[in-house]
Amino acid sequence: MTKMTSAAAAKINNGVNVDALLGARTSLEQAPEAAQFKWRASCEWLNGTHSRSMIGSFFGLGAEQSRNKNFRLEADHPTVFASEDNAPTPVEIVLSGLASCLTAGVAAIAQRRGIQLHSVKATLEGDMDIQGILGMDDDVRNGFGAIRVHFDIRADASEDDIKALVAQSQKRSAVFDVVTNPTNVLVTVN
Amino acid sequence: MRFATTIIIGAGQSGLAMSRHLSARSIDHVVLERGQVANSWRTERWDSLRLLTPNWQSRLPGYAYSGDDPDGFMTMPQVVHFFRRYAEISFAPVVTGTRVIRVAREDAGYEVTTSQGPWRCRMLVIASGACNIATVPTLTTGLPHQVTSLTALQYRNPALLPDGGVMIVGASATGIQLAREIQATGRRVVLSAGEHVRMPRTYRGRDILWWMDAIGAMDLRYDALEDIERARRLPSLQLVGTPERLAVDLNSLRSAGVEIVGRLVGVRDGRAHFSGSLANHCMLADLKMNRLLAGIDEWVGTNGLTGRFPSPHRYEPTNVGPEARLSMDLHDSGIRTVIWATGYRPDYSWLDVPVLDRKGRIRHDGGVVAAPGMYVLGLPFMRRRKSSFIDGAGQDAADLAAHLNQSLARAAA
Repeated sequence: MTKMTSAAAAKINNGVNVDALLGARTSLEQAPEAAQFKWRASCEWLNGTHSRSMIGSFFGLGAEQSRNKNFRLEADHPTVFASEDNAPTPVEIVLSGLASCLTAGVAAIAQRRGIQLHSVKATLEGDMDIQGILGMDDDVRNGFGAIRVHFDIRADASEDDIKALVAQSQKRSAVFDVVTNPTNVLVTVN
Repeated sequence: MRFATTIIIGAGQSGLAMSRHLSARSIDHVVLERGQVANSWRTERWDSLRLLTPNWQSRLPGYAYSGDDPDGFMTMPQVVHFFRRYAEISFAPVVTGTRVIRVAREDAGYEVTTSQGPWRCRMLVIASGACNIATVPTLTTGLPHQVTSLTALQYRNPALLPDGGVMIVGASATGIQLAREIQATGRRVVLSAGEHVRMPRTYRGRDILWWMDAIGAMDLRYDALEDIERARRLPSLQLVGTPERLAVDLNSLRSAGVEIVGRLVGVRDGRAHFSGSLANHCMLADLKMNRLLAGIDEWVGTNGLTGRFPSPHRYEPTNVGPEARLSMDLHDSGIRTVIWATGYRPDYSWLDVPVLDRKGRIRHDGGVVAAPGMYVLGLPFMRRRKSSFIDGAGQDAADLAAHLNQSLARAAA
């Protein structure tokens, strides 16, 4: 893409500070070690399948980053699993994480490309054969067989430009990468 | 010790174009060549390869294709002949059979150690190519030992491969060409595709490279882009040069029987694992291709040429099916060879001057390297989109010869 005039960029506002993001990228090119982040969550069992996660500090830009507050996120399973349905299931939270990551990306890329958004709505559905998690069939995986994401976007842009926003958002999405590519997971117990 | 004001390393299109410009400016120079003229074209290409650019686009300073098939695509022996003839008519001072072993800073210039003894120079032009080394991901180590691993630089033709199926990793010009010719021999072929650049061979009655040249896309300058590093990292265009002007893309390969899978993300216990991002990579490539076609249509309209070309149209979207395979047991699937078509990079192992960045890339501004009197040529999008094309060597060499001449004049003043 060729350079966009700052006048065109200034007119639109999706609430994303693109200049700050681009500035961060420029600084990180000089100091790539500062790009090493560590994200954290802790989770405590409450009762049955109900649990509560706490999300607070993270590490990045070469230092501990505290955010002066902790977020609470609960998970449970629905009554068809003989649970109490106190909160969404973990896999639904994964869908939510994917949707939020892609949506944030759409907003940031639209800002960068000078596209004013009016509304962005993502609808997700993941297929799962629960014979996997129930241990009934070793040939069936536990996780999603497929995930479908549908975006409904209203914006001042052509259909292809909107499709390109969503495609670029997938290309730069952390959660999209997490769900489409393998990751080493190391679990310890004491 | 022998001395030349300027030493050019490499007698390919870039080195020969630079030599031509330096001769025109009466700047004393030699071209050091490890083999013979056009050595990489001669020794490091697979048998069936033809240029991706049509013959008429083989244009160099003071020299151009003059045969009777301007829209054809040269075979490698024809390319070698083309450059050998250029070196002759240019009286290029090529010293063949002279491999550069080390370049180090020395007083006001460089000391160049070669297989035929040392040289000194004031100015150095690196024209040794962008594709010396095949880039292979580290995950090759997980391959079962019964599977032969080859790079595209080692591949010659399907008959030399071990019997059995072939997995090709990478869907750039190299990957799609190899997939096509190996599949045509009746073998099982799996093509792992990550980010790729889909490109029709022809559009509205003309070669796509004719269009890109006409609308100025090939002349787009490196300093006109917001993110030049991204442009420089782009895989090569999915093109093949054939007498039939065939278009090869993931759709045509799939119809021919090639299985398309996502980017290879790992090999563990004999199983290859592929990313679930294939659909998005295809979407990105389709959208990018359509932006180019829209740019062509706009150029035709703006220039009032609508009547001169067939009507605009769009190609079928890439269809890789809804359920691309996410993993494959290589042995059980009969895969006996993996070919890495995962890109190339220059070899600077001989360059003992601190000009490389942390990724091993040479630091330069449009070919002016971050060391006194040092230049580089022929890298992707170095000064223009066409910098790594034969057709781009001339203008880049002209620009850098002018810069080099000024530096010499300043030093003399």
